[in-house]
Amino acid sequence: MNRIFPRIPSGCSVAGILNENGKRMSGNRIIRSISVMHERANGLGGGFAGYGIYPRHKDDYSFHLMYDDEEAKRNTEDHLKESFEIVEEEIIPTRPVEEVTQRPLLWRYFLQVKPEIKKLYYDLTENDIVVKIVMHINARIRGAFVVSSGKNMGVFKGVGFPEDIAKFYRIEEYEAYLWTAHGRFPTNTPGWWGGAHPFGLLDWTLVHNGEISSYGINKRYLEGFGYQLMLQTDSEAVLYLFDLLLRRHGLPIEMVCRILAAPFWSEIERMPEETRRVMEAIRMVYGSALINGPSSLIIGYSRGMLGLNDRVKLRPLMAARKGETFYLASEECGIREVCPRPDEIWSPAAGEPAIGELKEGLS
Amino acid sequence: MRMSLLAPEFRVIRDEEKCIQCEVCVRQCAFEVHSYDLEEGKVASDDSRCVGCHRCATLCPTQALTIIRYPQEFRRNANWPEQVIKDIFKQSETGGVLLSGMGSDKDYPIYWDHLLLDASQVTNPSIDPLREPMELRTFLGRKPDRLKIETKKGKPRLKTEIAPQLKVEVPILFSAMSYGAISYNVSLALAQAARTMNTFCNTGEGGLHRDLYRFGGNTIVQVASGRFGVHPDYLNAAAAIEIKIGQGAKPGIGGHLPGEKVSQSISETRMIPEGTDALSPAPHHDIYSIEDLSQLIYALKEATCYKKPIMVKIAAVHNSSAIASGMVRAGADIIALDGFRGGTGAAPTRIRDNVGIPIELALAAVDSRLRAEGIRNQASIIAGGGIRNSSDVVKAIALGADAVYIGTAALIAVGCHMCQKCYTGKCNWGIATQDPYLVKRINPDIATERLVNLLRAWSLEIKEMLGGMGINAIESLRGNRLRLRGIDLTETELKLLEVKPAGESL
Repeated sequence: MNRIFPRIPSGCSVAGILNENGKRMSGNRIIRSISVMHERANGLGGGFAGYGIYPRHKDDYSFHLMYDDEEAKRNTEDHLKESFEIVEEEIIPTRPVEEVTQRPLLWRYFLQVKPEIKKLYYDLTENDIVVKIVMHINARIRGAFVVSSGKNMGVFKGVGFPEDIAKFYRIEEYEAYLWTAHGRFPTNTPGWWGGAHPFGLLDWTLVHNGEISSYGINKRYLEGFGYQLMLQTDSEAVLYLFDLLLRRHGLPIEMVCRILAAPFWSEIERMPEETRRVMEAIRMVYGSALINGPSSLIIGYSRGMLGLNDRVKLRPLMAARKGETFYLASEECGIREVCPRPDEIWSPAAGEPAIGELKEGLS
Repeated sequence: MRMSLLAPEFRVIRDEEKCIQCEVCVRQCAFEVHSYDLEEGKVASDDSRCVGCHRCATLCPTQALTIIRYPQEFRRNANWPEQVIKDIFKQSETGGVLLSGMGSDKDYPIYWDHLLLDASQVTNPSIDPLREPMELRTFLGRKPDRLKIETKKGKPRLKTEIAPQLKVEVPILFSAMSYGAISYNVSLALAQAARTMNTFCNTGEGGLHRDLYRFGGNTIVQVASGRFGVHPDYLNAAAAIEIKIGQGAKPGIGGHLPGEKVSQSISETRMIPEGTDALSPAPHHDIYSIEDLSQLIYALKEATCYKKPIMVKIAAVHNSSAIASGMVRAGADIIALDGFRGGTGAAPTRIRDNVGIPIELALAAVDSRLRAEGIRNQASIIAGGGIRNSSDVVKAIALGADAVYIGTAALIAVGCHMCQKCYTGKCNWGIATQDPYLVKRINPDIATERLVNLLRAWSLEIKEMLGGMGINAIESLRGNRLRLRGIDLTETELKLLEVKPAGESL
């Protein structure tokens, strides 16, 4: 998508449901959870991410693509074929919904990286190769956009209220052990489907409610590591930061949260010696990765999901647990709608992650 | 003496009704403008000696004195304005190089005044620094590109060693001002203020007076081409060592301290004979290329057991970005960039007014270049030479600086009136002089308080501006050029600064 997108601040609703035993559930619950927070969206963006939805292709990279036209599709497929074996491809099934207009062409592919490509880029991991290709398509191929690119997962999003987008994509027909969802309130309209959330790269997805005041430096920092921020959205920056810090720098997830929502110096000074040294180093070295400004976000990944607020909690986020199910939502109603009596429900403190993961041994 | 063709620069107006003939002005003026005429029983003034420093007018108990520009008008000529004519008069009378003190006073564009800051409205809230934490703490020095952290029993352990850092609570340091150029009392005040505010002062190339070693923890010592006062104790006393390659006020030439200012104490500190001119060579005679710089950097690191960051200071010149990249790769932990409006105790006027580039442009170029090469983490950048107030600081940090150096602003805080006569050694304010009679006009404790007040005031203002932008830690502003907009700048200038024009949205 080689066009320049304006930066669009937005308010939003986020929600997520995880079954920690890996039991799959239909899309109905996440649709109810996000729809009850209707007021937080304005009809200019909604979307869902589901994990575990393609068990038949669980070892293939599943690419969800948006195309402006058939030419974009041809060009993208030519490019995909250079690096991938296409195991299967198909149109993403949708149904007409009156409120959902101007849909792009939607296609999905199940892919394997060709052995000769792995040999050619012997110094890169398979994931690195996939990231490179995603970056290339999004930056260089006119009218094409990779919506998601992980294994056994997919992102479904568009311009509309989340409940309409759900109807359009037939979300209720999919079964996933982890769902996240987003309702968007952008302050102007791009009329462009790629700008909706969740935002995906590999098996990372992000739904985000916020406007990052530090975006300018976060972007420049990421560019130094080869990321191309085409969409100019905060979510894109946050997701790439997660990719960089977790996957490429191999930092523990709690530390990544401490980088993105750094504790205050006054807090650090009260920590035990060793922890204090770690936190001081984090703020020294990763200052440019601090997400400053209001935000609450949910990161989805194959093993679970994580909810995080900015360092002073300027946007809402609630978490809850009932049995094997872990819930996150912008508002308590988003949780109570699908789980009226949780075992525990709490508002995660500023900068403190709320994490749910599949039990050991599950994948 | 032959007649001078030079007209005075200032006129001293004495309100005879107010003047009580107390002779304060006579005693205050080292340039001997005022004298008491015994026969007339009146104080008289000689306009031709006045430098416009306002010492007499400020101290006159009855406000009887007003100093104005000398009203003599040359015939209007755009090609031969007054200053040009006067400079030729001066040189034809003396046969010498024209000297000036302080930074260039020429009417070049000041890019700070063409940059506007952003503020948050509705979609992201501004933060109120009176009610919420606002962090300015900054670490200066080499950082690794990534950290290795292991978690053991739920407790994180750091597996990466961090190079030595300078920790500042306000991202403002006092820039290099040598003992020699400035008086002992001012050096002391700068050191005391640096300690109070948890920041640093810089010795310049004048060595470190024995009595100031106790401030070593807040002192950066300089190693310049003259190597004045450099010895192992000096290096080890400091928090960091700065190799001075160049200075914004006079890129391409070394430091000048006229013999008039080399008193006994200066001579001891600098390790040179009393009364001799201390003229630093233009280049370091052991640095003729970048690999030589690397040798000096590592020689200094060896000498101080790798316990202190090594800084390299250069003047902002056309090729600063490539030079800076070389400096980082040569081992510099901190780069100091000095813009062409930077001050000095003495510089050839032609060089001061015509060599170098504005700090804003050099800073933008260096920060972008280091980022493009993926080595920005490896060194911190301190920008100096033209920082006048807290909004300049905020803009410099948004352009990419980690911190700034202030020199002129600090001297103004202790009383400098910018008369630009530092090289004469007759500073009536007791700042740029070694004359004991003048030096004692600065009370070090009062001067310290004024410096501390200045830094405190600026840091409050910086916090207000940060909060307005919805940012509560300075690192989120650093290099965040999206929060800047250019006004009244050409497309090329915007491109060089990598800043969008005012009116363009995010």
